[in-house]
Amino acid sequence: MNRFEYLEVTTLEMAGKLAAEKGAAVRAGGVDVQDLLKEHLIEPASVVSIRNVPNLQEIKAGENISIGPRVTLAQLAADRAVASKARAIAISAGEAASPQIRNQATCAGNLLQRPRCWYFRNEELLCARKGGPECLAHDGENQYHAIFGNKNCAIVHPSNLAPALIAFDATVKTVKVGGARREISVAALFVTPETDIHKEHVLEPGEMMESIEVPAAALAGGAKSAFAVVREKQTYDWPLLCAAVKLTMDGKNIKDARIVLGAVCPVPLRRENAEKLLIGKSLDESAARVAATAAFDGATPLAQNGYKVPMGIAMLMRAILEAGGLS
Amino acid sequence: MTKKNYDREETLKLGFAGNVVEKKVKLADDQAKPWDLDTKFQYAGKHIPRFDGLAKASGRAKYSYDMNFPGMLHARIVRANIPNGKITDIDVSGAEAIPGVKATMLLKKVGDRVRFDGEGVAAVCATNLEIAEDAMRAVVVTYEKMAHAVIVDDASKDGAPIVDKGDTNKSPESVNINPREVSEDEINKRFAAADAKVEATYRTQVQTHSALETHGGVAKWDKDSSGNPTLTVWASTQGSFSVLDGLCGNLKLDRSQVEVICEYMGGGFGAKFGADQPTLVAANLAKKAGAPVKCMLNRKEEHLAGGNRPDSIHHVRAGATDGKIVVFDVTNYGTGGYTGGAGARNIMIYDMGASRKVEYAVKTNCGPATAMRAPGHPQGSFVLEQVVDELAEKLNMDPIEFRLKNDRYPMRKAQYEKAMELIDWSRRNKKGGEGALAGTGPKKRGLGVGASTWGQNGNRDGTAMAVIINADGGVEVRNGCQDIGTGTRTIIGICAAEALGCPLENMKVRLGHTRDPYGPASGGSVTAPTVTAAAKDAGHAAKLAFLDKISKKLSVDAAKLDISLGKVFVKDDPAKSWNWHDACKLLGVETVEVTKERSDNFRANFSGQVGGVQIAEVEVDTETGVVRVIKVVAVHDAGLVIDRLTFESQILGGVIQGMSFALFENRVMDRKSGKMLNNNLESYKIPGSLDMPEIVTVAFDISNGHNSAGVAGLGEPTVIPTAGAIANAIANATGVRVRSLPMTPDKVLAALAAKGGSR
Ligand SMILES: Cc1cc2nc3c(=O)[nH]c(=O)nc-3n(C[C@H](O)[C@H](O)[C@H](O)COP(=O)(O)OP(=O)(O)OC[C@H]3O[C@@H](n4cnc5c(N)ncnc54)[C@H](O)[C@@H]3O)c2cc1C
Repeated sequence: MNRFEYLEVTTLEMAGKLAAEKGAAVRAGGVDVQDLLKEHLIEPASVVSIRNVPNLQEIKAGENISIGPRVTLAQLAADRAVASKARAIAISAGEAASPQIRNQATCAGNLLQRPRCWYFRNEELLCARKGGPECLAHDGENQYHAIFGNKNCAIVHPSNLAPALIAFDATVKTVKVGGARREISVAALFVTPETDIHKEHVLEPGEMMESIEVPAAALAGGAKSAFAVVREKQTYDWPLLCAAVKLTMDGKNIKDARIVLGAVCPVPLRRENAEKLLIGKSLDESAARVAATAAFDGATPLAQNGYKVPMGIAMLMRAILEAGGLS
Repeated sequence: MTKKNYDREETLKLGFAGNVVEKKVKLADDQAKPWDLDTKFQYAGKHIPRFDGLAKASGRAKYSYDMNFPGMLHARIVRANIPNGKITDIDVSGAEAIPGVKATMLLKKVGDRVRFDGEGVAAVCATNLEIAEDAMRAVVVTYEKMAHAVIVDDASKDGAPIVDKGDTNKSPESVNINPREVSEDEINKRFAAADAKVEATYRTQVQTHSALETHGGVAKWDKDSSGNPTLTVWASTQGSFSVLDGLCGNLKLDRSQVEVICEYMGGGFGAKFGADQPTLVAANLAKKAGAPVKCMLNRKEEHLAGGNRPDSIHHVRAGATDGKIVVFDVTNYGTGGYTGGAGARNIMIYDMGASRKVEYAVKTNCGPATAMRAPGHPQGSFVLEQVVDELAEKLNMDPIEFRLKNDRYPMRKAQYEKAMELIDWSRRNKKGGEGALAGTGPKKRGLGVGASTWGQNGNRDGTAMAVIINADGGVEVRNGCQDIGTGTRTIIGICAAEALGCPLENMKVRLGHTRDPYGPASGGSVTAPTVTAAAKDAGHAAKLAFLDKISKKLSVDAAKLDISLGKVFVKDDPAKSWNWHDACKLLGVETVEVTKERSDNFRANFSGQVGGVQIAEVEVDTETGVVRVIKVVAVHDAGLVIDRLTFESQILGGVIQGMSFALFENRVMDRKSGKMLNNNLESYKIPGSLDMPEIVTVAFDISNGHNSAGVAGLGEPTVIPTAGAIANAIANATGVRVRSLPMTPDKVLAALAAKGGSR
């Protein structure tokens, strides 16, 4: 890594100001920031840690759930209220990475981490996302890459948490430099390569995440959810695919459904076409299969990642049944 | 000491329970009877914790990586960032201008070729690692780039870019036909006539050693009392004396001027022989800068330049008739990187009838292959065991029954029986993918088997042990070899204590100082059978010397004394005895110091090879393609078991590394840029705790009588059969074969899809 000045602040606004004005890298758990520094993908003049900012590590669960930005994945995974009200969110956190990483990784950092594509992560390779002429995965080693939305850049969105949060209509509350606040739905947080190939989220420089909110409406009515993931290894490995499913049931009938896929597209991918196929149906294997199959309609696999389609259908079908209590 | 001047002959009981033979061996007059089946051991054969277990677990054990000295500098190696080309300029001035940079050196000169991305070009050292890193990045190397090829398929094409020298990347084919009188025609005829035939292509991947401790060392120059330079190097090595030789040669020093120290090291797996580049960089920069230098590779460098196991593409034809393999015809292409050399070993274990093997080594612009735990064998075994299974299947025979008809070694027969019992082989699906074990759901289970062999009995290579007995009762054994993590220190101590008769807790073992007596480099599973015999011989010699000394003080003829269970006693009047500490006190201000060279191996013995059988149970999720290994039963023999814990630990390590080879590890090269894409331990995959199967280890007791300790090598055979056993278990679970490593979900799904769907 380059030489940098290390700073600690006591408010998010101060961190944001340093980021916006001095190009400081904001460090929460540092899992991703440190990797980027080590590979010289970022070379900031300063790194500002928010570890001394108070009250960022709380989970408040009542009618709604409010998650502090520095809540760790381990903390979120172990939280009883979250596990009972929004099971998919807890599991998505608990299935990520390894215990050591989950102890360090924060929720805000998880949403805002940069892609893990091995072309992007190699300092010596200039891919489209880093200003190069083309996506190097297209003609390269693309077994772990996107099967949707991969025309300009084939990264997959790396966050486990994002699909689960989107399934629960979660939002993030932010504060901008100067103090203006806004609330953005997690579904609208991410940027496709077609919109802007050089960034993955809509936050402005210096805009800081103050909390992640799961609204009461999404938790009401006994919503049931599941989070599924397929990995080559069972620890310390990235998902080949993951999916969050949330069903609102009326007996055996599905009143409402959310299906969000991870690790298939440069952004978390909500599949409304598949959701529609479930709503109003009674849940059984065949309904689950029809919806799961539809969720992968329109996939555009690359040379080495076609396997994600059948694998994804099987995984999603199981997740739907599990969410509905049928597995 | 009373010398007996005649050639003794002793009869040894060799073999294993149910298969015991007697063999006569000739012994030198001062040699103790070799250990055999009749030996009553005090320590050997039990579960004995490692002598250094606590030191390692508590962090007190110091590895090369941990060595730090006042004023020590840190070195980094500047590496080529292109896969093929000629160096047109190397400019280190920018690096030298950075404050804190103390010395630089060139590893290549202008005009030299670089042949892989990651090849060392220059080196720098500085007061801390961060400055050294900056300096490394400030060295400017320019190249005349050349086209490259980083995978076998690209490098063996007509008109492929030339990787290094010459006009082709393919080395002249080596053709081996066995037996010699068989012609090519005969091979073809036999294949045509066989009852059961297999014709298929199998692929294995490049595996990197991925030892936890990377390559390198710390070098420190001093002066001896007459002002001559001396060099001490703490090296992470599996060959302390080969590092010593390498340093002497490179720096033009006498052996007396150099000491290599390796008390602890974090794994080598075959990639750490000799004075490697980082160690030589440390020594040379330390000389230039006039300060100690540490040069250890980082993980990326380790993957790029630290060695690897070559891949293989096997095209196989094999046939069996009447339950016997009659023909095995294989053509293999593999790459050992730019240096070539990529042999796979698969004609072993079974009687193959007539065989032909044609092998090509294909050079690629990749880091050079080095020996890796059973070089050539795991890749060959993956192919062989599947071929054998497929033949059995076509003959409608149980795969173990078929193996036994084609395997003449009796101990493997007993090992199959043990393994079958422990895994309950009767559960195996009679037909792949169908049966109670496979079940009817999407997750299907199956059983698969693989066998292994090795034959390493150690050498009389000059290995010697020094044994020092002190008046306080303490005993120290010294040998200059290293313990690469296998438990060498512990088994030396056990054997020496066993032979000497002292209490085990009084025994200390100092390893890894090359000023101590010579010991072997740890390759070919040679260390245990070499050093255990040496430790037994030396322990016995120390006992004679000790008894000789104290006999005078006790006024008893030394020949009438013996030591056992920590007591010195009079042989024909055992009630007359002295405990160890009291006996040692008699030494007064003296010590007993004996250095004894290892005795020779014996020709008369039970078996020239060791055997092993592994059976794996897997669960295949036929919808996602994910394979979980549920259980592995691994039965291995390697002569007399000295420490059951370290023996079992070798089996565990072999199974885990074998499973990792089977399912996870894979060096991924980008063909366009020539770079390794997964040059870390995040996307270069090694299993973690949740991936671990239940591993049932069986240390199969056998005495094969090759050396005085009766010990054979175990490190390598344990890693050989695992991938084949897992592949066969996948086939048994699903009814489809995955003929390419690693057997990742995408490949499993593809194999299932080719057969026509998952259910
Ligand atoms: C080997 C490995 C395996 C992994 N596997 C998985 C996996 O399976 N699934 C998964 O989801 N993740 C996985 N991860 C990723 C890991 O979860 C993330 O790297 C981690 O969550 C990042 O959190 P952090 O707090 O360390 O972020 P940091 O590295 O500190 O920050 C990341 C980014 O977020 C920004 N940021 C942090 N907090 C705020 C805030 N409050 N406001 C504004 N910006 C902020 C930072 O500025 C930075 O840009 C894995 C990581 C590794 C190394």
